[in-house]
Amino acid sequence: MPLLSAIIFLPALAALVLALLPARDPRTFRNAAAAATGMTFLLSLWLFAQFDVNNPSLQFVERVPWVPAIGFAYLVGVDGLSLPFVVLTALLSFCAVLGSWRVTLRPKEYFVLLLILETGITGVFGAQDLALFFLFWEVELAPMFLLIGIWGGPRREYAAIKFVLYTLAGSAAMLVGILVLYFAGEPRTFAWSELVGRQIAFEVQLVVFVLIFFAFVVKLPGFPFHTWLPDAHVEAPTAVSVLLAGVLLKMGGYGIRRLLLPLVPEAMRFFAPALALLAVVNVLYGALLCLAQSDMKKLVAYSSISHMGYVLLGIAALTTVGLGGAVLQMVSHGFITGLLFLLVGVLYDHAHTRDVGRFGGLVHRTPALAVVTSLAALAALGLPGMSGFVAEYTVFVGSFATFPWHTAVSTVGVLLAAGYMLWMTERIFFGPLNPEWHDLDDAHRYELVPLWGLIGVILLVGLYPPVVTDVIDLGVGALTRWLGG
Amino acid sequence: MVEVAWIIPALPLATFLLIVAVARSAPRLAHALAIAGVGAACLASVAVLAEVVGGAHVERIMAWFRIGQTVFTVGWVVDPLSAAMLVIVTTVSLAVHVYSVGYMHGDAGYARYFAFLNLFTVAMLGIVLAPTLLQLFVFWELVGLCSYLLIGHWYRKPEAAAAAKKAFLVTRLGDLGFLVGILMLWTATGTFVLAEIEAKVAQHALAPGFLTLAMLLLFCGAIGKSAQFPLHVWLPDAMEGPTPVSALIHAATMVAAGVYMVARLFPLFEGAPTALLVVAYVGIFTAFFAATMGLVAHDVKRVLAYSTISQLGYMMAGLGVGSLAAGMFHLFTHAYFKALLFLAAGSIIHGAATQDLREMGGLRRVMPITAITFAVGGLALAGVPPFSGFFSKDEILASALHAGQPVLFAVGLATAVMTAFYVSRARLLAFWGAPRWSASAAGSPGGSRDHAGHGGSADGHDAHAAGAPHDAHGHGAPHESPPVMTAVLVALGIPAALGGLLLGPASGNWFAHFLAPLEKPLPFDLGLAASGTAAALLGLGLAWLMYGARVISPEALAARLRPLYVACFRKWWVDELYGFIAARTLLGLARALAWFDLEVVDGVVNAVGAATRALGRGVRRLQSGQLPAYGLAIYAGVVVIAALVMLGPR
Repeated sequence: MPLLSAIIFLPALAALVLALLPARDPRTFRNAAAAATGMTFLLSLWLFAQFDVNNPSLQFVERVPWVPAIGFAYLVGVDGLSLPFVVLTALLSFCAVLGSWRVTLRPKEYFVLLLILETGITGVFGAQDLALFFLFWEVELAPMFLLIGIWGGPRREYAAIKFVLYTLAGSAAMLVGILVLYFAGEPRTFAWSELVGRQIAFEVQLVVFVLIFFAFVVKLPGFPFHTWLPDAHVEAPTAVSVLLAGVLLKMGGYGIRRLLLPLVPEAMRFFAPALALLAVVNVLYGALLCLAQSDMKKLVAYSSISHMGYVLLGIAALTTVGLGGAVLQMVSHGFITGLLFLLVGVLYDHAHTRDVGRFGGLVHRTPALAVVTSLAALAALGLPGMSGFVAEYTVFVGSFATFPWHTAVSTVGVLLAAGYMLWMTERIFFGPLNPEWHDLDDAHRYELVPLWGLIGVILLVGLYPPVVTDVIDLGVGALTRWLGG
Repeated sequence: MVEVAWIIPALPLATFLLIVAVARSAPRLAHALAIAGVGAACLASVAVLAEVVGGAHVERIMAWFRIGQTVFTVGWVVDPLSAAMLVIVTTVSLAVHVYSVGYMHGDAGYARYFAFLNLFTVAMLGIVLAPTLLQLFVFWELVGLCSYLLIGHWYRKPEAAAAAKKAFLVTRLGDLGFLVGILMLWTATGTFVLAEIEAKVAQHALAPGFLTLAMLLLFCGAIGKSAQFPLHVWLPDAMEGPTPVSALIHAATMVAAGVYMVARLFPLFEGAPTALLVVAYVGIFTAFFAATMGLVAHDVKRVLAYSTISQLGYMMAGLGVGSLAAGMFHLFTHAYFKALLFLAAGSIIHGAATQDLREMGGLRRVMPITAITFAVGGLALAGVPPFSGFFSKDEILASALHAGQPVLFAVGLATAVMTAFYVSRARLLAFWGAPRWSASAAGSPGGSRDHAGHGGSADGHDAHAAGAPHDAHGHGAPHESPPVMTAVLVALGIPAALGGLLLGPASGNWFAHFLAPLEKPLPFDLGLAASGTAAALLGLGLAWLMYGARVISPEALAARLRPLYVACFRKWWVDELYGFIAARTLLGLARALAWFDLEVVDGVVNAVGAATRALGRGVRRLQSGQLPAYGLAIYAGVVVIAALVMLGPR
């Protein structure tokens, strides 16, 4: 059974079925979507269980020639780098559907788009052919645009268009970059495994790097191409925020790691110091901006910018540990930020505001939510025992030898994270109850399920990192081969 | 036992998990589990100590996770230092657990309180057993978390929530240095294992300047956790937590971690004498500086908090002048007498429903056991022979003199006078003189009480708030605390009184020999002992003249020395300085960047968008629909491309 293709296309198939369902009851759609994403998640767990952690090469490879004349094939597979993201996408998609329990506006279209989005994202992580990678990269765009543009907040159209234009500009550059790679050697191919190790002139490498990096740095997002992110998050519905921050941003880091590092290693080496500088700017700029936010969603969005800085730092270090830490940070941040956006969504559903300053003392009314939020905040500030600590610590260890000053300065982000996260939880939940919220409901059981599920995963990875690191290790093992030393 | 020493933190961890799982709404089960967990850990620690005294020494390292060739290591190390510390931590923690049964009776968060108390102990034990820098850091951060959770126990009080956050952030500021120090050592040695790093340092494999910088950065972590200047500001505020938590923080867990860390890394510090000298001077300055603030505080817990900062400074000074034994000996005696003092203060708060010294007076008649045990703790803190603090403080002063640091010695001696003064002042104001409370109206609502105060500030959701027996405490006359609390005070009184003598001179300095067999013991110096005693008696006498006999008016003295008094009372404005930095500088920068992000970065993005639209409008005119124009354009294009192809390379 083509397990990987099943994981990629099951949501799309479900979307097709949903589109044909004659039902009118919103519950039908959300139950069907939950079943489809839940099934996909189980399949991804199965994939995870079947994955051989002693085999560093691509596994679950499926290859179907598509346009043989130009060497374009449907080629998917997973290795230590892809696998964590495939599972992460499946998990967060499932959580996103569970976090959409209250969607009543055009539920059929909403869930259909969400499912197509999942197929697009999973495809990006599974594709081992650059043209296919690009195809999936674009597939994700349309549902994202519509989800923000139709189900979003008051400024949804501005945010949606900003998101699309930014991404499209990046994609256009990336397409040119991929084509340059394609034409740069014989035989012409889009297959990643055949492109690795090709000798490409240094100047060409630089051009490819700049073109493709632009697409990824927009996605990541890196300063100064980040302003689409807070807007998109503030307007996007909860589920979309979860996927946007949880997995879409990772496509940037993943892309740098998958395409740029192995395919244009000399350019990577050349640009590494610039990347490290950008990383520090991201970490501090994002964290400082968090201190000035009162909208919870904006705060979490800017914290993502800060935390993605560590990903860049880990990659820029060009060490095994740094790369491992970067991947770990992406996975961990996926759990944590997904959790945070779900929490913001629950609170917003109950209180209809995200303004931190308007809350106060909510623990009196919502003890369960207070506990979960506190745990999420602790995870976000990198407390040991949670996945964020393992990831950030590994990044620091991996990058210090290469960039001691950058690393030392970026540790300040950890302190600032503690500042804004503790400020947020304290301001919302502790102190005397603001009378405005005297009849606020605590989170319902169905809302708590995905929250506690994610906390479970965060603790699991934080306490027993080998669950993930044994897999990631395979993905970084070949580093020395690409970098030739 | 040493082979399975990991079981010592595992036991209270298990009971923590059990409480969370099954005893969240079963207070009796919760405290039974919590005490059982710590009690078992205490017994196991004593067993481990016995084996170590018999010569056992175990170090076990294992992989937590690995990436590439890099192994992230954890494990446990049992040597004299960790074995002694295990016993100190678990005994004090056990005392605090038992005492809390009485003190926290009827509290709404009772089970949660005991669960976190267990977790706090686990985190500290994890530090004590750590054989690697990674593990040290992991549990170090968890200690920070637990202090956050317990200081913020009464989170409905905004002050408690703020104090918890402050403690976490200030200590984390120090931890940044700690982290970078670890990274430096890792980069230089390729390992997190302390023993391996020590071997490298012993071979002089690290450049001296590099090692000094790394050790200073590591010391930053200790400055934060052990509340040394300039990161001491969190500790006085931390008394917003329940008083037994303060006892635990001040005696055995949180603040001791910093001193223990310096002791644990002592072989590394010895390779960086400059760093060690910094430790000594930071320590002695902190000791002096904190004592000045203790002289004038009105809150009994604050007086004790400043004394903790001051005494920790002594410990750092002892370590800094090169005497592991002296520093750790003072940690040992201090753990018991400070736990005693805090728990006795808790007993006052429990019985008299106030922690403001101005609302006390004459309490010795109504709470005699508390009065006597407080006096014992006070004499130990003041360094009056033969109480425990005398011997350990004496050893530090002697080491300073021996190390050729007369300035350190002199400042230490002056601090000793102040120490004796402020603790006697607190004791006299609380227990002697005429009562400044009336039997019917003790604990006026305006008073700063933490114990009864939480009952009052909690809203109607608190199960015990209305009509529960506990709440009655706040309104009755001051009275002695229940036996479960006073018994603990008496039990702690024994080591506080005799610990110094028994493990010091009476046993031929057993403690020092056990911990640091290679350190040359200093001969007993009568002159030194006499000067220490004189300093203590001077402080005691001065306090008696001012607050006992009332020969000197404290008010008049304060008026005469007004600038000095205000400076001490306002804590030398360090808090205000941080407030300025945090509120103005950092938040100002954040707001400026927020403006920059919105107006400049996003402004450019929007401008590009607008420009593109304008360009589109312009370009639209080219699409005129006139075929000749198109034809011309196509022709021109072909010519240009052809020219490029022909003239281009190749």
